[in-house]
Amino acid sequence: MRVAVITFPGSLDDRDALRAVSLMGGEPISIWHGDTDLGDADAVILPGGFSYGDYLRTGAIARFAPVMDAVREHAARGGPVVGICNGFQILCEAGLLPGALIRNRGLAFVCRRVHVRIETSRTPLTAGLEPGEVVEVPIKHGEGQFVAAPDALRRIEDEGRVAFRYCSPTGEVDGAHNPNGSAGGIAGVCSEHGNVVGLMPHPEHAVDPDVGPTGGQPLFESLLSRALLHA
Amino acid sequence: VSRFHFEVVVMLKEGLADPQGKAIEDSLPAMGWTGVSGVRVGRHVALTVEADGEAEAHRIADEVAERLLSNPVIEDYTIEYRAEVGS
Repeated sequence: MRVAVITFPGSLDDRDALRAVSLMGGEPISIWHGDTDLGDADAVILPGGFSYGDYLRTGAIARFAPVMDAVREHAARGGPVVGICNGFQILCEAGLLPGALIRNRGLAFVCRRVHVRIETSRTPLTAGLEPGEVVEVPIKHGEGQFVAAPDALRRIEDEGRVAFRYCSPTGEVDGAHNPNGSAGGIAGVCSEHGNVVGLMPHPEHAVDPDVGPTGGQPLFESLLSRALLHA
Repeated sequence: VSRFHFEVVVMLKEGLADPQGKAIEDSLPAMGWTGVSGVRVGRHVALTVEADGEAEAHRIADEVAERLLSNPVIEDYTIEYRAEVGS
């Protein structure tokens, strides 16, 4: 029930992540990048933004933050770790998730609502959903094109580590609904054991019906129930 | 202890699409250049390393390039030793 949200210098969506945890009935804990523990949290979220200005590559410097040792330990114990947008980029740079995120195909920053299809129930964000279910959530990123070497990509697919794919409102995955050129329309992936998951879309911006779609609600419900189980 | 100057070039791996390179390449014909292809955009990093000798400096530069300046998942790098720049 206790969910840590890490604030790096340049994080933007930490407040929304904390608020989403609270709105969905969890207990949010704010953690600073210089901290060396996660405050006994059951789950941890690495939020969106531009950590350390995203100089060099997105997430490249944040990966060396002091708090990342605690994130690694939490992940190794099987604890839920969620990376959203820049958090996803950081987890890829840290080697906790496979692949990498590069400049969007077409170079433009993309900011709009998209639909994503749940591909597996094995992650803390999707445990309460069935593969094939579709949720509406916003994206806002310039570097969200998921790439991996051909053999690595095959392994990600074969091992069922794709968590989310961009899709039409009815769940079709095709080029027309791929906002950034990601390989296989991949919007999110998970670790070998499923407990570490990253995605470019922002479920934390989609939990309040007053300000947009609510596709983030079932994802946070899953996270909070999973976090309870883990505790 | 001496100081050694290196230049590191980081490029996206062959076979990975390079959106920046493609945008530049696509703009060339409109400007009158029709025979230019294979445009790839990378990163050029200059750095100076303090070490006891060139071999040690090279080892440090290599470590920096591999662990921080490049992401081995998507990028390759090359290191050029330029000069000893004095103690």
